Amino acid sequence: MRLGDLVLKVRSKNAGPFWLTVDIFCGDADRFARVSAALDTGEVARLFATPRQMLKRFDIADLAVVKISLPRPVVQGSREDRDMHGAQWAHLLEEIDV
Amino acid sequence: MATRVLVPSGVLGLGFDRVALARGVAARPDIIAIDGGSTDSGPWSLGAGVSKYSRAATKAEWRHLMQARTQAGVPLVIGTAGTCGTDATVDWMYAITAELAAELGQRVRVARLYSSQPNDRIIAALAGGRVHPLDPAPPVDAAAIADLTNIVALAGAEQIQAALATGADIVIAGRTTDTATIAALPLSRGDHPGAAWHGAKIAECGALCSTNPTSGVILVDFDDRGFTVEAMADSALCTPHSVSAHMLYENSDPFRLHEPGGHLDVTGARYRALDARRVRVEGSEWVPGPYSVKLEGARVAGYQTTILAILRAPRYVAAAREWTDKLGSFLRGEIAGRMGLSPADYTLEFRLIGADGALGALESRTGQPVEIGVLGIVTAATQETAAEIGKLINPFVLHYPLTEDEELPTFAFPYSPATTDRGALYEFALNHVMLLDDPMAAFLIVVTEAGA
Repeated sequence: MRLGDLVLKVRSKNAGPFWLTVDIFCGDADRFARVSAALDTGEVARLFATPRQMLKRFDIADLAVVKISLPRPVVQGSREDRDMHGAQWAHLLEEIDV
Repeated sequence: MATRVLVPSGVLGLGFDRVALARGVAARPDIIAIDGGSTDSGPWSLGAGVSKYSRAATKAEWRHLMQARTQAGVPLVIGTAGTCGTDATVDWMYAITAELAAELGQRVRVARLYSSQPNDRIIAALAGGRVHPLDPAPPVDAAAIADLTNIVALAGAEQIQAALATGADIVIAGRTTDTATIAALPLSRGDHPGAAWHGAKIAECGALCSTNPTSGVILVDFDDRGFTVEAMADSALCTPHSVSAHMLYENSDPFRLHEPGGHLDVTGARYRALDARRVRVEGSEWVPGPYSVKLEGARVAGYQTTILAILRAPRYVAAAREWTDKLGSFLRGEIAGRMGLSPADYTLEFRLIGADGALGALESRTGQPVEIGVLGIVTAATQETAAEIGKLINPFVLHYPLTEDEELPTFAFPYSPATTDRGALYEFALNHVMLLDDPMAAFLIVVTEAGA
C-alpha cells in the first residue's frame, strides 16, 4: 500500500534554508503503529539521496506523527534548487510502499 | 505578573480576520506582536535588502494594527520587518509607519531595532573564534564574508525588551527570531521562561496552531506556570492536537528550539483543553546556555537569463530529455565558438516541466504528458553575459531538430522576447552563530517621534 493512501497527510517544508522536515500525519494510533513499524529510515534516506546518518527521526505517538528531518537535498535558493519551499518532496514519500 | 499577548497573524502582508482582531483588542492585551518575515521564500529578499511583500498590502494591514494599538493603548511590535529584517527594510517599514501616523493623526514614539551586521564585524568575530558553524554550514573565511551583500543577526528577547524599555509606542525590529517579539514582554515581567518561549513558538504563525489557519488572530496568556492559547475567530478552535502539532511546523526538532541565550525543551510539556476553544500548556523548560545569535547572510552567485519553450509535438514530448541533451551539447559548442566562453564561465541547464521539473534527479515517476515545458536557465558572472548567451541560444531553442534529416521544427515561445533577464541569483551563505558578551553588542536602537 502507498504511504499516501494509508495516512492522513504527508507534508514537507523547509526548516530554515539548510534543513528539510517531513511530517507524516498518520491519523490515529493504529495507522501510527503501522507506519512507525514499517517505515524504514534507510529507504527514506535513499529516496532523498542523503546518507542515512544525516536523518533525524521522531516517532511521536501522542500526535500519531512520524517526523523526519534531513539536510535539504539542495540548499534553498541555490542554483540547483527547484522548489523554494520544499513542499514537493512530500510526494516522493507518499509514493513509497508500506 | 500575567501577560496577555495579541498576535494578529503569522506575518504582516498575508491578511487577518478584522472581527477577530477587534475581539482581541477588546480582550485588553498587554502588547500586540507580529512577525514581518522569514527566510522561507528564499535568499533574494535578504540578498537585495528589499521586502517581498507589496508596500500596498503592508501599509493596509499596518494601518489596522496602528489603529488597534491606539484602541488598546499598548505597544505594537513587528519583528523581521520587510521580510528579511535588514536596516534598509526597517527604514522602509518606518517610512510606512510615519506616513500612516500622519494620515491617522497619530503622534507615535517609534523605536527602530537594527540587526544588520557590518561585514568587518563578522570577519573580526570569525578571527576571534566567536563565529561557530551550525550543521550543515557553508564554508566561510574572511573573503567569503566580505563578499556578502547583507548580513543580519537574529535578535532575541533581550533586544526587544531594550526597545520596549525606551517607552516606544511602536517597535520596528530588524531580523529577530520568530518567537522573540512574543516572548519578550512575558519574560521581562517574570512569567515562566519555558512557557514564554513555548507559547511564543505556538503563536508565531498566528492561527496556524488552530483549526482555521487563515483566520490569523491568536491570544496568548502567560503566567508563572504556563500559558493558555485561544484563537479569536469564531471559526477557529485551539485543541491540544492543533496546538501541540504546531511544534512540528518548519522545525527540524519538534522538542527543542534554540534561541539567543539558551534553548527551549518541550519534552515534558502537557497540553490540556480548558474548553472547546482554549488550550493550557505547562511543563515546558528553558535551559540557559551561552549567549549567541544566529547569523544569516546572502551573496550574489551569478546573474541569470531564462528561456521557456513548450513542446507539443508527441514525438518531441516523448524524446524531450534526449532533445535537451543534444541541444545542450550543441549549444555549448556554439557558445565556445562564437563567444569564446568555456563551461567554467557559465552554466546552461534545461529543466523539463511536466517530467521532473520540481524534483529533478530524485523524481521516481514517469508518464506521458500532453506537453513539456522546457525551462532553460543560464547563469553567468554578469547579466550582460547571461543575456548574450540567452540571445545566442534563442533561435536553436526554437528550431533545433531531433534528427538531421527532418524539416526544422518550431516550438512554442509563450512571449516575446523569449528570454527573461532575472537579475542577480542570490544564495544563502551563512548558517552560523556568533557569541556576544552583551546582547546589545551587535544591535542598535534608534528612537524617533513620527506623525501629527
